[in-house]
Amino acid sequence: MMQELRTGSGPFRNSLNPMDSQTRREAYEQRQRRRSIGIASASTAVVIATIAVLVPRAPRWDRVRKSFFDGDIFTESFPRLLEAFWLDVKIFAWSVPLIFALSLAIAVSRNTRSPALFPLRAAAVIYTDVFRGIPVILTIFLIGFGVPGLFESRAWSNPLIWGSAALVLSYSAYVSEEIRAGIEGVHESQRAAARSLGMTSTQTMASVVLPQALRRIVPPMMNSLVSLQKDVALVSLIGPVEILRQAGLDKSKFANFTPYVAAAVIFLIVTIPCTRLADYLLNRERRRTGATAVS
Amino acid sequence: MRTTKLIAVAAAATLVLAACGSDDATSEATADACSNTIDDGMLTIATGNPAFYPWVIDDAPESGQGFEAAVALAVGTQMGYSGDAVTWVRTDFDAAIQPGAKDFDFNLQQFTITDERKATVDFSDPYYTANQAIVALNGSSAEGATSIADLKDVKFGAQAGTTSFAFITDVIQPTQDVFAYDDNVGAKAALEANQIDAAVFDLPTALYVSGVEIDGSSVVGQFPAATGGTTDEFGLLLEKDSPLTPCVNAAVQALSDSGELAAITNEWLSEFTGAPTISE
Amino acid sequence: MTTPKLSMRAVCKAFGTNTVLDGIDLDVAPGEVITLIGASGSGKSTLLRCCNLLEPIDDGAILFDGDDISEPGLEADPIRRRIGMVFQSFNLFPHMSVTKNVAIGPRKVLGVDKATANATAAELLTRLGLADRADAYPDQLSGGQQQRVAIARSLAMGPEVMLLDEITSALDPELVGEVLDVIRGLKADGMTMLFATHEMTFAREISDRVCFLHKGRILEQGPPEQIFGDPQEQRTREFLQRVIDSGRL
Repeated sequence: MMQELRTGSGPFRNSLNPMDSQTRREAYEQRQRRRSIGIASASTAVVIATIAVLVPRAPRWDRVRKSFFDGDIFTESFPRLLEAFWLDVKIFAWSVPLIFALSLAIAVSRNTRSPALFPLRAAAVIYTDVFRGIPVILTIFLIGFGVPGLFESRAWSNPLIWGSAALVLSYSAYVSEEIRAGIEGVHESQRAAARSLGMTSTQTMASVVLPQALRRIVPPMMNSLVSLQKDVALVSLIGPVEILRQAGLDKSKFANFTPYVAAAVIFLIVTIPCTRLADYLLNRERRRTGATAVS
Repeated sequence: MRTTKLIAVAAAATLVLAACGSDDATSEATADACSNTIDDGMLTIATGNPAFYPWVIDDAPESGQGFEAAVALAVGTQMGYSGDAVTWVRTDFDAAIQPGAKDFDFNLQQFTITDERKATVDFSDPYYTANQAIVALNGSSAEGATSIADLKDVKFGAQAGTTSFAFITDVIQPTQDVFAYDDNVGAKAALEANQIDAAVFDLPTALYVSGVEIDGSSVVGQFPAATGGTTDEFGLLLEKDSPLTPCVNAAVQALSDSGELAAITNEWLSEFTGAPTISE
Repeated sequence: MTTPKLSMRAVCKAFGTNTVLDGIDLDVAPGEVITLIGASGSGKSTLLRCCNLLEPIDDGAILFDGDDISEPGLEADPIRRRIGMVFQSFNLFPHMSVTKNVAIGPRKVLGVDKATANATAAELLTRLGLADRADAYPDQLSGGQQQRVAIARSLAMGPEVMLLDEITSALDPELVGEVLDVIRGLKADGMTMLFATHEMTFAREISDRVCFLHKGRILEQGPPEQIFGDPQEQRTREFLQRVIDSGRL
């Protein structure tokens, strides 16, 4: 039947020419596509042209441009900012594994069912409530300035240690909830099957539940990571000069906001690929579980 | 398809209307320069939040208690505003230095007059000259320093964007990274948490911090102009090209000439001038 | 008189206010195949889940080889090793290959090394006609293949009793046959089995005894010829009539 349609002898050809092998639906969709592309291009061009023409005509555009988009200041700040950014990268690099480990521990603790482990479960609940409730900035000040005062040696009072600790504690509270949601998303029947084989609850969690849970929560975890990439800058509040602080110093030095724009550019260079990756993983997961779009 | 095109046109139209809508307000020239305040008949003075001792006592500048509070009220009186005609507002240190319109007539919170800042704001003639000074905990590596060389290996911290911070990075040039804080409170907290060896403030603030606020600390020394930094001259800060600037300058000059400025300085800052000097 | 492999004495189980098992008495002799039939909600699944301690019973006792396994607080894991269970929805581990699904039990629970476990898995899969799917993942298999893998997974633990909970109910009709063939093979090997099913013809063919469950009690039990051919109880007759009407007998 399909063969007939293709060679143009069926009743749904739009032409009598047997060489014209398009189906009626293909022709319609092609027309629609061309029309959509045309309209999309035209409206995009109109919007861009409008912005390009009208924004510079705003009365104080020149001042705004000099304040935020000064080319010389941009080129002068940029290398310094890039160097300061290296500190952010380092803080991120050592925080992520710690966050992951702590989150996993908290999530698994909350998921235990034995009555003997109640204090552990309660501690996990209190921990997540407290650290999700307090803004990250507060946590950084409280831990970053508060805890080091207890130590004699300079090595242990380093704000990088305690600032990172504050970030780890704050973020683990959120990520552990994500992991917990993943764990609870694994159907009870998987546990039933594992227990029926005689696996202990620890073996069940490690071999059956967690592998499935972690695969599911990769997209929200990536979201948290992108968020962390930016919050790393908060460590600047307790001393270390990383990119945000360096941009602020340059802003004060030049009395110009362009260093902030330069810093924003550097952040985007790093976060946009991660957001794209997160979207890609989310879509892949959606395709794998067979969800199809209805048009 | 039609609706999206309609929306695009509507958006373009809105932008056009918005651009045409704004008008520059025409400024009115007045004969009397001192009456050109932002609020007719009122003088609006700004300072920091909170305002610290000895510049303002008990964070209450309206009382006129404290060096800067006293100077501000004296300048105001010279300009023809006193009593109820004077009102106070608070601003962030950093925000005040940024370019743009201000919601005060003049601002004073130990602003040092610098060329970079003059590009975006106006300064009056100086009303006070202060040296930079170092505060450190007793027993720190900065103790006993008599020259800049003695300070090379000290871990420093200061408020970001201040001349104190620039003094550390440009003049002292220590070997360890300098830590930066949003305000002096952060620098003090870092000192107490043993995260920095020493912090730099202007001399009066340094003496107050070590004498009253942090136990077991002291002013290691002060840096007179000869040590290579510029001496900090404090000026009243006004909006760029403010019409009040000449009037304010006249007021400051009058106070200086009559000796009233010296008297105020003596009354509020006499305790705050003694500390060893550090040479190059 | 040999000790029954599995014994239920006055087993009661309720979920909240809903009484699902209301005093079950049943003995399963070694090598016996017992089929449970009855309407949905009659307690078949729950009974099976109680036998391998997935659900704790409220009252009564369950004996395995004469030992009381329903003692509250008893370690369930060692018991579950010896009792195999196959589920209606297969419940294969989707993140593991077929071979790993079958081998994981022996490796984790019995401490068998990977090579031996994989060899045993390969042997079982061959026996069940799945040798060529050994490296596939569950989502690449048909329903019938998945269920056979599930059976292999249970068998890999070397169970003494198999509990089969409506194992063909989720399968397309043409795939049911291959699974039932496997069960025939198990019976021939002498496996003790407790079987909940809607496949009446098969039940008739393979059972030593059939139990009709109604509202949590065994209303009638006996050899298949008797239950299917000459049911004594009114309700049994009604149930079988409904089954015949739906074309499944």
